[in-house]
This record gives sequence, C-alpha cells and structure tokens, in this order.
Amino acid sequence: MDGKLLRKEMLIDGRKIASIAKQIDDRADRTIDAAGAAIFPGFIDLHAHLRDPGQTYKEDIVTGTRSAAKGGYTAVCAMPNTDPVTDNIASVEYIQLRAKELGSAKVYVIGALTKQSKGEEISEMATMKSGGIVAVSDDGNCVQNSRLMLSCLRYAANFKLPVIVHPEDYALAGKGQIHAGKVATRIGLSGIPGLAEEVIIARDIMLAESAGARLHIAHISTERSLELVRSAKKRGLPVTCEVTPHHLVLAEEACSSFNTNTKMKPPLRSEKDRQACISALKEGLIDCIASDHAPHADFEKEREFDHAPFGIIGFETAFAILYDKLVQTKTISLKTLVDNLSSKPAQLLNLPGGIIKEGACADITIIDLNSNSSFTEDSFLSKSSNSPWLNESVKSRVKYTFMNGRITYQDS
Amino acid sequence: MNPQFLGRNVFDLDDYSHDEIMYILEAAKGMKEINTREYKKIPTLRGKTVCTLFVENSTRTRMSFELAANRLSADVVSFQANVSALQKGESLQDTVYTLNAMGIDLYCIRHSSPGSPQLVNKYSQKPVINGGDGRHAHPTQALLDIYSIWEKRGDIKGLKISIVGDILHSRVVRSNLIGMRKLGAKVTVCGPKTLMPSNMESVYDCKVEYDLGKALSGADVVMGLRMQLERMSEGLFPSLEEYSKHYVLSKDTLKYAKGNALIMHPGPMNRGVEILPEIADSKQSVIVEQVANGVAIRMALMFLILGGKA
Repeated sequence: MDGKLLRKEMLIDGRKIASIAKQIDDRADRTIDAAGAAIFPGFIDLHAHLRDPGQTYKEDIVTGTRSAAKGGYTAVCAMPNTDPVTDNIASVEYIQLRAKELGSAKVYVIGALTKQSKGEEISEMATMKSGGIVAVSDDGNCVQNSRLMLSCLRYAANFKLPVIVHPEDYALAGKGQIHAGKVATRIGLSGIPGLAEEVIIARDIMLAESAGARLHIAHISTERSLELVRSAKKRGLPVTCEVTPHHLVLAEEACSSFNTNTKMKPPLRSEKDRQACISALKEGLIDCIASDHAPHADFEKEREFDHAPFGIIGFETAFAILYDKLVQTKTISLKTLVDNLSSKPAQLLNLPGGIIKEGACADITIIDLNSNSSFTEDSFLSKSSNSPWLNESVKSRVKYTFMNGRITYQDS
Repeated sequence: MNPQFLGRNVFDLDDYSHDEIMYILEAAKGMKEINTREYKKIPTLRGKTVCTLFVENSTRTRMSFELAANRLSADVVSFQANVSALQKGESLQDTVYTLNAMGIDLYCIRHSSPGSPQLVNKYSQKPVINGGDGRHAHPTQALLDIYSIWEKRGDIKGLKISIVGDILHSRVVRSNLIGMRKLGAKVTVCGPKTLMPSNMESVYDCKVEYDLGKALSGADVVMGLRMQLERMSEGLFPSLEEYSKHYVLSKDTLKYAKGNALIMHPGPMNRGVEILPEIADSKQSVIVEQVANGVAIRMALMFLILGGKA
C-alpha cells in the first residue's frame, strides 16, 4: 500500500474482503500461508482476444480465463473480433453467460463499433450497452472512412460509451510485417511505419474532440503517438491510452531472427520508441498496461514470417516479464507496475476491483516474488503458446488468484 | 575437404568472415576451370543428393544451381511451387518433411518470404543455400558479383562500387552490401527516394545518392538493377520513361565513372530502361561472365558444404 508492501493478514468472507489486519483471530475455514509472497489486487486487462465464439481452436472462454487467472488477472475485457463479430446483443449475452458459468475471471464485453467491424455502418451499440458492454471498438480493424468514424464517435458519445481505437492507416501499413525501421531494411521484410499509427491517432483525437467522445487508444507504440496523446491531454480532452508489455520490453531487433512470435500489430518499434513508452508509463501519460492477449495455433505461427498471423498471447507473461525486465532492473517501481495492471485500468473503464480494502470484492492475486518459473508449451494454460518468451524463465510465480473470493488459480 | 565449411548454411553473407569469403572465391576459381573443359564433370559429390526447392519462379538461378550440382556429379531433384502441392495448401514444413524423407543432403531454396531458408534448415536439419528469399538476401548472387570484380581487379579493397536502381526491393543489393563492405569496398547506392529503404547508411555503412551523376562519380564498378513495371501501380514512380531519363546507365551518364569501370547487372535486364545496349554490350561489361561465374560459385559452395574431395 502506498507503494510499500506491508505484512498483514486478510480474511475473505464470501465474495468480499472482510478484514485486513496485523493479526486476525477469527477462525477461518481455510488458511493460506502467503508468507514470502505478495498480495496484489487482481489484475484487470482492458484488451484481450478470447476467440470465442468462432475460433475456439485458438482459445475459448474457459481456457482464456484460466490463462488469465494464472497470470494474476481477475477480470478481462473481451475484444469483439470473434466469429461472428460481437456486434449484437445476443453475442454479448453469449459471452457473458459462458463466462459467468465457466469462467475463471470476470469477462467484460467490448462491443463492435461498426457492424461486423467492417467499417461501413454503425453497430447497435446502444442496445449492446443496455446488455452491459463497457466500450466499443473495431479492434484488429480500424475505420478508414473519417466521416463514418466521426459519426461513430458522436453516436458513442450519445450513449456515453468509450471508443477504443486500434490506430492503423491501412494504406500506410500496406503489406508491412514488422516496424519500418533498421531491421526491416536489413532483413527485407516490408515495414509498417509509425506514421500508419500516428496519422489515425491525430485524426481520431480531432474527431473525438469534435464529437465530444471519450477516446481510448489501444496498444500505443511510438514516441510521436505519445506526443499526440500528451497534447490532447494538455488540452483537457478525455483521451487515454494503453501500452502492451511487449512494447515496453521488446524492440524491432527481436524480429531479426524471423521468429513469428515477434510478429504483432502494432509491430515492435525502435528502441527509441520503446524508451519513450517506458518514460510515458513512469510519468503517467500512459494510463494502463493491457496485454492484447491474441492466441494463434502453432500451425498458424509455424510458417513463413509474412504468412503467419499477427499477435501473441499475453496473460501469463505480463506481470512476470514486466517484473523481471522493468522492476528488477529498477526501471519502474513495483507500485507503478501493479497500479497499471489493476487500479488504473479499473478506473479507466469504471470497473469494480483493482483495490484491496475491507468491503471490496475479493479479487486478488498472490505472487511469490522470489520463486522461479518458466514458460513452456506445457506450462501455458492458454490453448496457444505463441509467446516471444516461450522457453524463458522468470523470477516470480503466481501462487493463487481469487475472483469474488473463489480460488481461480492455484499453483501446484 | 575444409571442415570449416562442412554442413554450413548460406543464409546470407553476414555469417561468413572476410577470409571465408576469400576462400570461397579461390575455390570457385578452380571450379571455373572445370567449366571450361570439354567434359565438364568431376565425380566429387557422387552419391549426394541436392534439391532445388523453388517456391518462386526463377529459371535462370535454378538452372545455375542444378548445373553446378550436376557438374559435381550429385543427384539433383527439383521442386517447383507452381506445379506442386504448396499451392494446394501444404505447408512448407510438410513439404520439407516429405522431401527430407527422400534423403536430400543439401537444399537450394528460392522463396518470396524472407527467412524461409532458415525454416527449411530447421525442418530438414540439412544445410541450406539461399537462392533468394524475398527482399532479404541473395548470397550466391553477391558472391558471383564479388567474384566477377575480384577476377578483373584482383582486390576489392578500396574500390568504389555504385549500385543503381530499385534498392528497396533488391535482395541482390542487400547481400552485396554485406559482402562488399566486408572486403573493404566503398559502396554507393542510388535510386529515387521512393525506392530507397530507410536507414541505409547506418545499417550498411554505405553512401546514399539520389543523383546518378554524383553516384557514379569516380566509380570503379557500376551495377544496374532491374526496374519492375509493377512498382508503378504501387505508386512508387510515374513511368519507365521518366525513370530512364534520370537513372539509365548510358555512355552519357557513365562518363562520370572511371574510364575503365566494370559494368554489371544481375539480370534479367530491361534494355532501354535501366541500361542501354551501348553499355550492356560494351567491352567493360561483365554481365554475361557473371552468369558463368554463378555456376562456379555455386559449385564451390556445394563442394565445400558437402565435403567433396578435391
């Protein structure tokens, strides 16, 4: 608390945290000795692809939320690029129902911004809002038509729905595979320039301002994108952004061995961009960390680089990798990391959780910060193992995750 | 047999040192002599099997690899994507597993995807010679280019080499830059800005010029590159005529280069677009010899990698 770890005992009663104290004398049905481990608020992921319905060979709601729980997450927001696209109330309810019955984490649904995310007509977002969606997005796709985007933003503002944008100008991105930088020049893969992201962010900030809409920028990745967000915030606009663990830890050089698990959108950028993301996270310009968990089957990733799909999994690696690469190296504080994984995403979409206090829902994760674990195809609870950190070892280990007072993950 | 080369891959020239490149050139010199004999064949790789795996069309490079293998007495099998299962959706992985089961000792691959030679090696656990992977690399072309210069000039070090054309899409340039810089040449690349990759100077320690006269100034070697029509529809340049007006290698533009400058082109040429016949067919041109040297270089690599007996 307040950036310091305190030695305390916690009593969970039902779905709530009943008390936190130096010593609790009440008798419990079950006692867990978390000595040597730290208790954090359950992590909340604003950006995940659960692939359910439609692509359940990559992931489904059961495995996706189990994977999330193993990574310390108690809530995830499901992006709507399912098959069919989550652009209607029935699809929203399907996900909510499956998650409620079988999920190991809370699943909040993000509805499509346009019908089938085709970028042609506005989705029935007001109806989906009454069904409980927390935001709208065409993530994975990006509305190219500026007039339609303005209309979407105005309509979303009407119903007080935040709009999450995956900023990508298709013409500028072209057939790009990795960042249009030194590595692309050297290894001959076509490049996705930072401009492809930046011009859409600039456009959407202007459109959102005109529409009076709440804009959230997904997976921001370049220095100039961050400058655009900075100037928008300076003018008091309700613009926020998230960054992924991989854009904080890896840069374009990681792609030079043609590992398809380094292929995602936006691509791993230059080292300078990576450093800019870290600085922006530290100063609070970036509002939270989101995993962009994007499972793909091994047969899809195991092929020529430019034929492999974009995306990597992220639930199980997010905390551990960031803890090793940024906290252990004293680049950021543990508090910054945990806040950006819990309280800050909760505030951003006004979700419950993200806090440990008496009376709050018992969404917590217990992590041993002095225990090794490793990521292997067998260790991942996700159906997929498309991670750039496959076969890497880390210096922490999630021991337990509780969602609404129920154990959703337990280290064996 | 030189154990240093045994079983090695040739993905690109960055895996090879200055001395190793020189060793390959020397070996190719011996091979070139074989190619001038009446009976152009030695038994050194008898019993070995070489597979040319071409997932992108190329008649000339494939023939060069196959001739090289034949002249060393290796058995050669050829797999071409346009007549193969790859178009029916079989993965590269399964294709290689299938070929490998037939007992291939060495693969020569051409593929439109950068990095695919590495995949073929991963799946086959056999040495792979890259015959061109997308825009990434074309190391045998670079070696034959370097050989052609070395043969004429004796030493590459200190030579000024100017390469003109569509640098962006050229694997030939990328591999040549690595090899030529290793051997101490000063390389200038030249072409319109829309066909120039970013960060060339820092990635390759070369010079970038957009003006042909400046690029050719004082050059010992001038290499033209094929200009492809499809770049027009990609919005990268307006017309072949306008390109030619500014970047064609002609008597007129070559006056900036040294009087005895070598003229090179990896082929196939667009006569009248990037190079005029008066230059392509001039006495200084080594364009046809480059093709002959290509067979020698590929023989040398196969010989070294498969451990042929001299």
